[in-house]
Amino acid sequence: MSARISASVYTSHVPAIGVALDLGRTDEPYWRPLFDGYEPAKEWFRAHTPDVIILVYNDHATTFSLDIIPTFAIGTAAAYPVADEGWGPRPVPDVVGHPELASHVAYSVIQQDFDLTIVNRLAVDHGLTVPLSLMCGQPSAWPCPVIPFPVNVVHYPIPSGQRCFDLGQAIRRAVESYDDDLDVQIWGTGGMSHQLQGPRAGLINREFDQSFLDELIAAPTELAKKPHIDYIREAGSEGIELVMWLIARGAMSDLAGGAPPSVRHRFYHVPASNTAVGNLILENRDPGERR
Amino acid sequence: MGIDKPYLDVPGTTIFDADQSRRGYWLNQFCMSLMSAENRERFKHDEAAYLDEWAMTADQKQAVLDRDMNRMIALGGNIYFLAKIGATDGKSFQQMAASMTGMSEDEYRDMMVAGGRSPDGNRFVHESDDPQRRPTAPGASS
Repeated sequence: MSARISASVYTSHVPAIGVALDLGRTDEPYWRPLFDGYEPAKEWFRAHTPDVIILVYNDHATTFSLDIIPTFAIGTAAAYPVADEGWGPRPVPDVVGHPELASHVAYSVIQQDFDLTIVNRLAVDHGLTVPLSLMCGQPSAWPCPVIPFPVNVVHYPIPSGQRCFDLGQAIRRAVESYDDDLDVQIWGTGGMSHQLQGPRAGLINREFDQSFLDELIAAPTELAKKPHIDYIREAGSEGIELVMWLIARGAMSDLAGGAPPSVRHRFYHVPASNTAVGNLILENRDPGERR
Repeated sequence: MGIDKPYLDVPGTTIFDADQSRRGYWLNQFCMSLMSAENRERFKHDEAAYLDEWAMTADQKQAVLDRDMNRMIALGGNIYFLAKIGATDGKSFQQMAASMTGMSEDEYRDMMVAGGRSPDGNRFVHESDDPQRRPTAPGASS
């Protein structure tokens, strides 16, 4: 048996969601619809807790300042502390890594011509911890090891949607060549439409977001061709984070001749602070089956 | 040949590219220093003195003292770095974003609850006479 990717999860990672959870505000009328909307996803996750999560996210000027800006990075450490982003660290558990699988993925993906940066000292910010909180709730320890996979979507030049999509396919091949029977999920986070800066701050585009979800499910190969300017113009300057969802989508087995994934959950809500929130779960139909 | 910047045609938006990054290097690195509680205390105790420790321009220092987010962004600041100043002040991302739009915090929050700012009329600079002053609120053109 080898490792395989059983499912992909997509979710926004708005910092205010972490604050609402940490301060016990989830029952407030403002937040209730959002957290209710994630209940089915949490229920699914309880029944489908994997052995490892590869969590694609972006660092928000936390570990990576302007000194070093890796386009694609992978955490190969045993553990990752929760960062102090300026408010003090979130009161959530430290993240346990999976150094063996991470090192294997780094090796395999680099052999496939994607030049990842290998990171061993990495404080994880809301980009990684908010998705875990949304899917797992507030446990005293996260339910499984996590491999952080930071992508630069802050400092241009940033990778294209196509590059992200192709990288996802390389990650799938890497996981499937790991000689241990592991159930792996890949999560793509960030988005959906939002802009945090300038007089255009507050931009939300429901139509764009819903089409993005439709195409991500059914026509990802075409979606990968969308240029950066379309995200900026239509989904706001920070909506560009959505390219990270294409990494997770690229790792699904339909892109290697498998059946189309089944949609286990789809949720969309406006707003969380400045942001449109999306959540999607896609499951491979033939987990464990070798192609 | 220069870098193609199609995003210059998007109103009310500054993309953090290599030129902005070069302009804002020390402004942003100052912001990074606020990730330690000790530095936040030192900054709050004497902001001007703390800023003088950094190789920032006088304009950048003044923009920080004024908490003028749009000015900081024009001078090379990036929102995720500038957010450390907001965090030091106890401000949320929503309060920081509102301060850049010319709206009050309540107006901005209401706009978001009503579905956010519409992209209609906000896609191209030519769609608005003065996008820096007149962002389109939801419902105004949709």
